[in-house]
Amino acid sequence: MIVLNGERTDLVAGTPLADAIERLGLSLDARGVAVAVDGQVLPRSEWQSYRLAEETRVEVLTAMQGG
Amino acid sequence: MELSTATAREPLTIAGRELRSRLLLGTGGFQSLELLSEAIAASATELVTVALRRVDPGAHGSLVDVLERAGVELLPNTAGCHTARDAVVTARLAREAFGTNWIKLEVIGDEDTLLPDAPELLRAAEELLADGFVVLPYTTDDPVLARRLADLGCAAVMPLGSPIGSGMGIRNPYNISLIREAVDVPVVLDAGVGTASDVTLAMELGCDAVMVASAISRAADPVRMAGAMRAAVDAGRLAAGAGRIPRRRYARASSPIEGRAALD
Repeated sequence: MIVLNGERTDLVAGTPLADAIERLGLSLDARGVAVAVDGQVLPRSEWQSYRLAEETRVEVLTAMQGG
Repeated sequence: MELSTATAREPLTIAGRELRSRLLLGTGGFQSLELLSEAIAASATELVTVALRRVDPGAHGSLVDVLERAGVELLPNTAGCHTARDAVVTARLAREAFGTNWIKLEVIGDEDTLLPDAPELLRAAEELLADGFVVLPYTTDDPVLARRLADLGCAAVMPLGSPIGSGMGIRNPYNISLIREAVDVPVVLDAGVGTASDVTLAMELGCDAVMVASAISRAADPVRMAGAMRAAVDAGRLAAGAGRIPRRRYARASSPIEGRAALD
């Protein structure tokens, strides 16, 4: 099961991370966005090539009002 | 506004970055991005904090775009983190998202008071400093902890006046003045400000800057309060440099005794 921002998805193993990001309505050059896969930062340069494994938690984050 | 004496206008330098405004603004709590923009303009701030949260596909407008148009620099925070590990990963994500190695480090130890967790805060600061971050830690009003953070290499310390969003002002002015004496890095009062006089007091106690969020964003008229906070920073800084009179137990006449008319 691939979990995207806390929601279970029907994404399958081998899906490019880029697909998950685009599923959230973001383009890959969206500014102010960062991605963590299983609690580790995944640099933007790897978004295209990285493929998701079977059990993966993906967090796609951006700036929100705060502090 | 013409309060432009050299003292009030001397820029603040944190980690080599010069800030003309000594007011840092938190972006949380504003009802709209339009209101936030207006408050930024009224406050004249140059540095604003943002949090890092999950992308909301239904969000209206981009906070990053609004802040860029306003001409302010971003200071990402680690709000909501309860462990050093959480805070360190969040800081790295913020660096990736916003292209800045500055981080306002918050590690919370209690849900009700949102007070910092001192051991976790020190651990996170140490790790982030080793990773090349410019660390501005949100800390308690404990002078010893502030000194430990400064000794590690933090670029500033951000002691609380009272709990975040409480509006209780500065609960322990004595400790804030001790922190000013204890560290050589800038002291930025953070959290607890309720109104303009709290900001002025912070500056009078020797703080180099003040960070305000809720006191502006949740005020009945946030834009007017932003202007008040701007004036309050200047008033406090001017007064701190001017040297207040000592407190006395009894009155001291300000009109001369000699030369009074005999009217009895």
